[in-house]
Amino acid sequence: MNSLGMAWRQLRSAWLAGEVRVLLLALVLAVGAMTAVGFFTDRIQSALNRQGSQLLGADMVVVADHAIPEKYRLEAAKLGLNAAQTLDFPSMVVHGNASHLAEIKAINGGYPLRGELTIAAQAFGAGRNTQGAPESGSVWIEPRLASLLEVAVGDSIAVGERQLRVAALLQHEPARGGDMFNIAPHLLMNEADIASTKLIQYGSRIKYQLLLAGSAVTTATYSGWIKPLLARGERLEDVKSARPEIRSALEKAQQFLGLASMASVILAMVAMSLAALPFVQGHLDTFALMRCFGASRRLIMRVLIQQALLLGLIGSLLGCVLGYMAQAGLAALAGSLFVEALPPPSWTPALAGLIAGFAAMLGVVWPHLQRLGDVPALRILRRDLGDLDAAGWLAYLPGLAVMIALIFWHAHNLKLGLVTLAGLLALLLVSAGLALLGGRLLRQLPLGSSSAWKLGIAGLMRRPAMAVAQVIGLSLGLMALILLALVRGDLLHSWQASLPADAPNRFIINIQPNQIADMQSFLSGSGIGTTTVLPMVRGRLIAVNDKPLVPAQYQDDRARRLVEREFNLSWTAQMQADNKILAGRWWRADEQGKPMLSLEQGIAENLGIRLGDRLTYDVGGTPITLSVTSLRKVEWDSMHVNFFAVAPPGVLDQFPASYITSFHLPLGQEATLNQLVKRFPNLTIIDVAALMQQVRDIMDKMVYAVQYVFGFSLLAGLAVLYAALVATREERTREATLLRVLGASRRQVVMATMAEFFCMGLLAAVIATLAASTLAYYISAHLLDIPYAFNFGLAMIALVSACVLVPLAAWLGVRGLLNQPPRQILHSI
Amino acid sequence: MHAPDVINGLAIEVTGLAKHVTSNQARLTILSGLQLAVPQRETLAILGASGSGKSTLLGLLAGLDTPSDGKVLINAQDIALLDEDGRAALRGRSMGFVFQSFQLLPSLTALENVMLPLQLAGRDDAAGQAKAALNRVGLEQRATHYPRQLSGGEQQRVAIARAFAPKPAILFADEPTGNLDAATGQRIIDLLFELNAETGTTLVLVTHDAALAARCQRRLQLIDGRLEPI
Repeated sequence: MNSLGMAWRQLRSAWLAGEVRVLLLALVLAVGAMTAVGFFTDRIQSALNRQGSQLLGADMVVVADHAIPEKYRLEAAKLGLNAAQTLDFPSMVVHGNASHLAEIKAINGGYPLRGELTIAAQAFGAGRNTQGAPESGSVWIEPRLASLLEVAVGDSIAVGERQLRVAALLQHEPARGGDMFNIAPHLLMNEADIASTKLIQYGSRIKYQLLLAGSAVTTATYSGWIKPLLARGERLEDVKSARPEIRSALEKAQQFLGLASMASVILAMVAMSLAALPFVQGHLDTFALMRCFGASRRLIMRVLIQQALLLGLIGSLLGCVLGYMAQAGLAALAGSLFVEALPPPSWTPALAGLIAGFAAMLGVVWPHLQRLGDVPALRILRRDLGDLDAAGWLAYLPGLAVMIALIFWHAHNLKLGLVTLAGLLALLLVSAGLALLGGRLLRQLPLGSSSAWKLGIAGLMRRPAMAVAQVIGLSLGLMALILLALVRGDLLHSWQASLPADAPNRFIINIQPNQIADMQSFLSGSGIGTTTVLPMVRGRLIAVNDKPLVPAQYQDDRARRLVEREFNLSWTAQMQADNKILAGRWWRADEQGKPMLSLEQGIAENLGIRLGDRLTYDVGGTPITLSVTSLRKVEWDSMHVNFFAVAPPGVLDQFPASYITSFHLPLGQEATLNQLVKRFPNLTIIDVAALMQQVRDIMDKMVYAVQYVFGFSLLAGLAVLYAALVATREERTREATLLRVLGASRRQVVMATMAEFFCMGLLAAVIATLAASTLAYYISAHLLDIPYAFNFGLAMIALVSACVLVPLAAWLGVRGLLNQPPRQILHSI
Repeated sequence: MHAPDVINGLAIEVTGLAKHVTSNQARLTILSGLQLAVPQRETLAILGASGSGKSTLLGLLAGLDTPSDGKVLINAQDIALLDEDGRAALRGRSMGFVFQSFQLLPSLTALENVMLPLQLAGRDDAAGQAKAALNRVGLEQRATHYPRQLSGGEQQRVAIARAFAPKPAILFADEPTGNLDAATGQRIIDLLFELNAETGTTLVLVTHDAALAARCQRRLQLIDGRLEPI
């Protein structure tokens, strides 16, 4: 027979009878949440990548220590990528009697390809945005170079053998790559003028760059094409290798979003599992009758699988549509927050949603399929045969497997996935334990003559497995809501607070020891407080464990570059507040002068250095050997002065040091800087306000996005609550009717139902609050590195509202039925 | 599928049939050493008090349940030699059912309920045959109604249409009037016997209603797990 037709007819009828609605709703919500998050993160991701690109000045950059091979440029042109080329090299720049080393960038094409330059006639204050190179014969220079050379706009300076006019001061340049403390002030010039400077000669230290920008697909294609071709001295930089401050913010943002979508997935799967029960229960009689009329087991299984697939298809498609509409709404809302319009989403999330929808559907229906296939035909004569019980943990394994797969898919991070899984497992065990224990305690309660309580608790005990399942469902739903509130309020706030409005936005380097006191009094006199002033000594790492270092020994480009350049070494007695020891320990006060070293964990990893290794630095020609006694994690996005390598006081003091500090310059006080530079001409002030603004922008946008995405988790959480309430509605109705027939008053039945759900709500709220707080603690302390404080008020609100709302929802569920005469209900069940 | 599978043979032949159930370590014998032979086209009533094992016997005859001992042959086919699917196929091929509680699927319309066994048997014109069957029981106007929109008598008429539509060789009826008032029950019984006469189906009727049983050609009483003539 045509099993598909039968499957469809039965499904349609089941829809009319209401058995399939909750399941389909849960699926639509599940896929909707997944795809909305998918579509949206997809778009945010590309928007963020673009933002990152602005820091790079391009989507990616081919960097070489020789002229960029022509084929690289041709391939880019073939793919339709926008391209620009720059030459970077250090050179002395002269004006009158003053001369200073500058980092010269000769530009060919529309530099930067992403983001804009800000140029102005004065050092500080309003400027205008532009793209491209200065006109031939002119240059743009950074204000600090202007003050060092004492030039103004309109003056001419000598670059090599050529005199070039200063056309404007360069206030902001997005792609100011490299180590901001090591490079000389920038000078931008037109590539057409390069030959006349006669600075490009054999052996010159020149960095050739090919900047590229285009769609995600073409840049990925290009990146895949060029990577195997890169020769020695060539490398590809992309957004990921951009500034550590931005990378750190982006990673956190992605973790937040991953977390939000994962919460939706888990919740939706739980809702579906709960909703699958009434759906399956409704099929028992149908299949028993079909068996009676001659249907084979195979046919029944086929009809069921086809129904699951049909449901999966309908639900997934509807979910995709919902997800797409939801993200479109979001994009419209968020549009004004982003600098540019969000890029369109790719279709991958829809495909992912469809696959996930099918998998989820089969996962939750599969265990019941097996048992429904075995339903005895004799059930027609004996109704008690073949009833499904909610228990049978093994039966839920396929669904669990799908959920685990989806968790890892959405976590984008093995550690986060494992932690979530472990947390979920712990939650299941704790919930089950607490629910059973709670049930036992409830039975011991001296309830006196309150028959409603007795009836309610008896109802709970009658279906222990179902009660546990419902408590777990409720707990998960509530946990999502509490976590949402925690993340929305506390966590995001802490994250934003980690970069406060008064975070340092200027660095001063090159402070001489005898200038520290004067400079500090100048700054405090101007109403600006400084943070710690830290010493800085430059040294090259020459040996590890007495084995001389050869840059070529490192496969990794980044490691090789780290070894090739000089380190900034510092010393301090107290560890900086935004640092955290990951291994080893900080020095004690009595260990000053001991050859110890604390290394930043990332750089140690890059160079393959472990705790206890002995590093030899060449500091101004003198070798000094220090043992790595601790590895630190540094919050680069705090914008405080931080060093990769720090020693205790008394180790490096004999070497000539300069000092560095950071401070917050309030908006509108830029003039103070001009006075500062006039008073201490040798100081170099580095403006990181723009960079900070970018970090803060990302945070703000992400906070908004994460809140929206968690809105879906909220819906999924509500679906779980609803499914948990509906799961036993039919059985509950039958019982309530029977009680009414036996003479129970309407009030008694309502009270019994509410008592039952009050107990469930209470248990679920306790479990959910504990779980959400633990999870929030973990997320803040281990994943986001932000301080966490238990929110007692929120826990109380959750507890009280669960104890009120859950029984209320249950009451709403039975209310309608209780208004009908029992005979009518008996007839319909 | 008009003609019975075996001409002039026995529709049902039962020898030494026994059914025991074990509960709480006690073995309860419901049927033992039961013998029965039902010729083609016969109408047979099986009477018995509540709990005498009538429904158990019906379940065994229809292959819905497996015996503890003994043999059940349906149209000379030993149903013990068939697996669960084989027995289902046999039911689909040669048996029809009318139950006390109607057993209509609440999610299907009257027509769809009648179509179900026809579809399962792979009949080409399931809808047409089902409509004809509904016509025969006078419910053509109710074809698109759901069971909950039908009265008890109407529901049982749909069930009868469903039972006769595939033209089975054997029809099992389990207290077909048990849930109906006397007048409606009478009309249902008339309909059942009319259709039975038209199609020449073997009818096995399980009831405790002596008046209903009186309309059958032969009556047996189930006492202490055995069948005895009345």
